[in-house]
Amino acid sequence: MMLKISNLTTHYGPSQALFGLDLHIGTGEVATLLGRNGMGKTTTINSIMGIVPASGGSITFDGVELVGRASFKTANLGLGLVPEGRQIFPNLTLEENLIATASNHLKQDNPWTMDKVLNMFPSLQDRRKFMGNLLSGGEQQMLAIGRALMTNPKLLILDEATEGLAPLVRQIIWDALALIRETGTSILVVDKNLKDLLRLADRNFIIERGKIVWSGTSDELRADREALHRYLGV
Amino acid sequence: MDYTLLIVQMLNGLQLGLLLFLVASGLTLVFGILDFVNLAHGSIYMVGAFICASLTLWLGNFLLAVVIALPLTGAVGYAIEVLVARRLYDKDHLDHVLGTFGLILVLDTLAHMIWGPAGITVPLPAWLDGQVEIFDGAVIPTFRLLIIAVGLAVAGGLFWLVNYTKLGMLIRAGASNRTMVAALGVDIQTLFALVFALGAMLAGLAGMLIAPITTASIGMGGQIIITAFVVIIIGGIGSMKGAFIAALLVGVIDTMGRSFLDSGFALFMSRDAAETAAPAVSAMMIYILMAAILAFKPQGLFPPKVR
Repeated sequence: MMLKISNLTTHYGPSQALFGLDLHIGTGEVATLLGRNGMGKTTTINSIMGIVPASGGSITFDGVELVGRASFKTANLGLGLVPEGRQIFPNLTLEENLIATASNHLKQDNPWTMDKVLNMFPSLQDRRKFMGNLLSGGEQQMLAIGRALMTNPKLLILDEATEGLAPLVRQIIWDALALIRETGTSILVVDKNLKDLLRLADRNFIIERGKIVWSGTSDELRADREALHRYLGV
Repeated sequence: MDYTLLIVQMLNGLQLGLLLFLVASGLTLVFGILDFVNLAHGSIYMVGAFICASLTLWLGNFLLAVVIALPLTGAVGYAIEVLVARRLYDKDHLDHVLGTFGLILVLDTLAHMIWGPAGITVPLPAWLDGQVEIFDGAVIPTFRLLIIAVGLAVAGGLFWLVNYTKLGMLIRAGASNRTMVAALGVDIQTLFALVFALGAMLAGLAGMLIAPITTASIGMGGQIIITAFVVIIIGGIGSMKGAFIAALLVGVIDTMGRSFLDSGFALFMSRDAAETAAPAVSAMMIYILMAAILAFKPQGLFPPKVR
């Protein structure tokens, strides 16, 4: 397993957000993390990345323990984050957003370059000199994905991949994720568009109140009407 | 109006402004990026002056002394970041002020123990000690021209660093969202320490450049730090461009006020009254300027958009 989370607990001060969460992603796999708002999806991602410190349990990535590890060191193991709210640097141009944190710590072959990112998202091409805060939501999301890819991750983590975006832009994002998957990059994705997600995913995890309550393949989830209704309200 | 005097004073103002910029640039980076109020920034200016003074007396060569003193001052800054500042970032501004005020006392006392209570005069090499006639009748010390040249070169270098290098991009990115910079694999703590050391080096350089004119002395930092804060507030905290323009503005207005305000006042009041009022008002000029600018632009002239 590339990423293996076992019995993870996370607290915000005295209140507990994750209650012994288990999750795993294999090399080259696409996994989804599903669940209603406030169930702990972002907390799970932030715990993996070391943005929020886990209070117990274990997260290993290629055998390296991530709990207690500084955020930047975790990222440099090959985890690329596309955060909730995109968090583009507003005072940097689109180009600078891509370059500033670009790296290839794992010395991957065929690393991502600015040209590759701009080829994948052609609409960014003529926005290169625009400041981050002047980009549309869709452009920012494409940029956030490109920015994470420029760190040449083995696992791309997307928190709310298409939230608040127009259908056309969503399609661009899903197409891009399919492309990224073909390069062998693993993906952990949080989103609400179940139909698109299930088409992409190998494995799905449903989180409720800080615990994984259901996991299985996309076919299994499509067939399990009760789980869909009970945990996702569809 | 005596135009020769006007031009000479303009150059003096420019020179003061550039020295202020050297101090203010580090201050605005650290305040803007780390949201850290560093009152001890002026003490680093003093430390730079003393280190350079000792080295000059020991080596007998001012320029060589500056070259060696620069990395030493940077190292002092790095040590201060790691030992003191880093522990205070998460606290509020009052804690920063208290902590760095304590640092001023420590550094002043250390300087007192190492270099003694008297100031140290820094001798200049002969070729820098003379004067240059810029044009008919306008004479300016060679060394002041050197300060202007160095100040402009550093300003250009910083502009390039912040705007066109990857380090500069990271500094700007870190100013807006340090969590995200770290989550993308950048060791932000080390980056900040480097920024802090760079700021210290620049403040130290200002101290080294002023020492041959005024002597290296304890307490010299206290005079400049207030003005440096005025500069970064006028310029917009965190803005390098703002610090540059505000420093020149403050330098020129302060110098001009001190030299010409009395003759200006004499136009509409008695000579005696003008001579009494002018020094008092000229001492206030930069604060009046700050108040006036803040009245129209509460964030300063060039507030960086970081959020």
